[in-house]
Amino acid sequence: MKKSIQDINAIREQMQSQIVMRNGGDSNIVSKYKRQILICGGTGCHSNKSSKILEEFNALIKANGLENDVLTVMTGCFGLCAAGPVVIVYPEGAFYSRITVEDVKEIFDEHIVGGKVVEKFLHEEDNGKEKVIALSDTNFYKKQTRVALRNCGVINPENIDEYIAFDGYQALIKVLTSMEKQEVVDTILASGLRGRGGAGFPTGRKWQFTKDAPGEIKYVACNADEGDPGAFMDRSVLEGDPHALIEAMAIAAYAIGSNQGFVYVRAEYPIAVRRLQIAIDQAKEYGLLGKDILGTGFDFDLEIRLGAGAFVCGEETALMTSIEGHRGEPRPRPPFPAIKGLFGKPTLLNNVETYANVCQIILKGPEWFTSMGTEKSRGTKVFALGGKINNTGLVEIPMGTPLRTVIEDIGGGIPNGKKFKAAQTGGPSGGCIPASLIDTPIDYDSLIAIGSMMGSGGLIVMDEDNCMVDIAKFFLEFTVDESCGKCTACRIGTRRLLELLTKVTDGTATLETLDEMEKLCYYIKDNSLCGLGQTAPNPVLSTLRYFKDEYIAHVVDKKCPAGVCKNLLNFTIDKDKCIGCGMCARQCPANAIVKTDYIAEGHKLPSYTIDQSKCVKCGACVATCKFKAISKG
Amino acid sequence: MAKTSGVPFQGTKEQEVALREKLAELKKVQGGLMPALQEAQAIYGYLPKEVQIIVAEELGVSLEEVYGVVSFYAQFSIVPKGKYKIGVCLGTACYVKGSGDLLAEVEKQLGIKAGGITPDGKWSIEATRCIGCCGLAPVMTINEDVYGRIGPKEVAGILAKYN
Repeated sequence: MKKSIQDINAIREQMQSQIVMRNGGDSNIVSKYKRQILICGGTGCHSNKSSKILEEFNALIKANGLENDVLTVMTGCFGLCAAGPVVIVYPEGAFYSRITVEDVKEIFDEHIVGGKVVEKFLHEEDNGKEKVIALSDTNFYKKQTRVALRNCGVINPENIDEYIAFDGYQALIKVLTSMEKQEVVDTILASGLRGRGGAGFPTGRKWQFTKDAPGEIKYVACNADEGDPGAFMDRSVLEGDPHALIEAMAIAAYAIGSNQGFVYVRAEYPIAVRRLQIAIDQAKEYGLLGKDILGTGFDFDLEIRLGAGAFVCGEETALMTSIEGHRGEPRPRPPFPAIKGLFGKPTLLNNVETYANVCQIILKGPEWFTSMGTEKSRGTKVFALGGKINNTGLVEIPMGTPLRTVIEDIGGGIPNGKKFKAAQTGGPSGGCIPASLIDTPIDYDSLIAIGSMMGSGGLIVMDEDNCMVDIAKFFLEFTVDESCGKCTACRIGTRRLLELLTKVTDGTATLETLDEMEKLCYYIKDNSLCGLGQTAPNPVLSTLRYFKDEYIAHVVDKKCPAGVCKNLLNFTIDKDKCIGCGMCARQCPANAIVKTDYIAEGHKLPSYTIDQSKCVKCGACVATCKFKAISKG
Repeated sequence: MAKTSGVPFQGTKEQEVALREKLAELKKVQGGLMPALQEAQAIYGYLPKEVQIIVAEELGVSLEEVYGVVSFYAQFSIVPKGKYKIGVCLGTACYVKGSGDLLAEVEKQLGIKAGGITPDGKWSIEATRCIGCCGLAPVMTINEDVYGRIGPKEVAGILAKYN
């Protein structure tokens, strides 16, 4: 049923007793439940069978007749994916990590019924080896500031009432009842918010351009085509707090004078798509989308359009061409989307995370937002932390936080005592930050200055076992695959560049190859139409800049220092360490390991050796040898 | 057409009726070709020429345009998929944790390359883009099942579950 503003406010009041346990708020409100069990339903934990855990808790609650005392809530991502599946029990806020279905009974009996926190399931910090009770006490959380992710892992994303309880739709009410259109744009301008999709264009200016563009029909669109490998910030917002996007898009539509919105989502995100659709349906039911929203006379409708697996569609003009039902090829700008976008009409296109900041800016004011971050990069940024790092997951930090804080404190360092080598931001368009620059503050301009970029938020950590030439090659393979083919420089240039890189990893390159590569990189950058081609050479350029020695090792010494590039590897057996057990010879798929007649001092059996002409460099022997007698290099 | 599977088209009348019904609705939608192809692929599992012709007819666009869109997007497939669709994630987080070796092992076990289907139609392999559960890296999926934090050694055992 359609709601009025009074109805929305009444729901907000009523719901406080349901959420008070979670927001640690007003002590005058009596909680409706004795305990609440929050279970992460983000893609990571879901893949780890968290829905089974939820079912198991629900079954036990029912069997014990505790439905009125205990509430289970399937939430979006808590962020600490490495610890998944994650379960949090309130009022203690006990943070149980890596829970299996088999553990549920014990937690239920001891904690839910018995009232005692089950210590053995509590999360253990990787660096401190201490058990912590609450998620907010972990090193992972302490240095974070959650704005875009504020509701992720807190509310049930499939229940609009919970969103309303956490001040949801209050920003829309404020805008529709008390703000002029220009005032809304001015607020966003004053906040200094910049696009979170990667390029960092000032959001308020985009809103102003679209508002000022002549035309009866205008569109708002959201770029949720999160294509950078290893990036899942937008997905987590869609999965954990979909109403925040809907509300922000409605506010944007009001400000620029639009009545129709589109969200372009990757089809690879089934859970996100489903939750967003549920949220849209609920918003329509409450009259928060559709005709005459909240009786204010404002109309706005929102539609999901699915992508179909083309990375280039993250580029704004390609995205719009795709929504129009065509091959997603970019077109030249100008005209910019603000003037001529979707179906030829003025269109405002922002990224998910950008929108996720809007409602809070409206409610708390631009000064609150500018109090976070640096002068030119206001607010916070969400990163998907992955690769060789202990605390894989989703983090939100104030802009300007040094990379070191993210790697060492929040990320908990590198696993297995390995050395930090580089962090990669910006995905296939970005670059590497070497260990020597670990104190670089993370903001738009500092990252550009060192040849990387903010990007949409993928942050992949690499250790000494990762070969930087191989990483550059990995990203280039990606762009070769994803080049749409429109521009020759990108279509053919990236392929030629990949061939040159392959020469390096094969050991057939010369120093001239490196010069040729660099020249080609700039040629591709200068002659491509869209961001994909213009930035495709960045991973190569940035590794050439900071890891030239690794390239030279491949080219001159014919060695891969990290031991990754197979053609450059040699496996050797230390004849004095080899005890002659023959395990490696039995494992070798190529029969390349043979017995010698040398018996080392103190050993009884003759040692083995590897026939390099037969060796296929699979590494099976190294994995088998218990005496660490085989080395690669 | 560039790629055909060699597998004869086995669409049923029911599938065609279902598709034409959907298309009648989507004809009215601005930019309806992409959703139309997504519906068609949901019904048939893939998009052979026969299905593309139906889409072109109903939406009143040329077959060339339909094929142009089908061949542009990675998720539209002209070849059928196996009964068990294996996806090995080659997103960065999985790649730096060794998903390349994982893919090689799956290819070796099944005797087909990524993008291929076994002759009996049971298995198909795909090297996928990041599926977003980087916390579980490296990740392999078989239909809806997700296997995370695995290495080449576990592959044979996982595949055996589907026999």
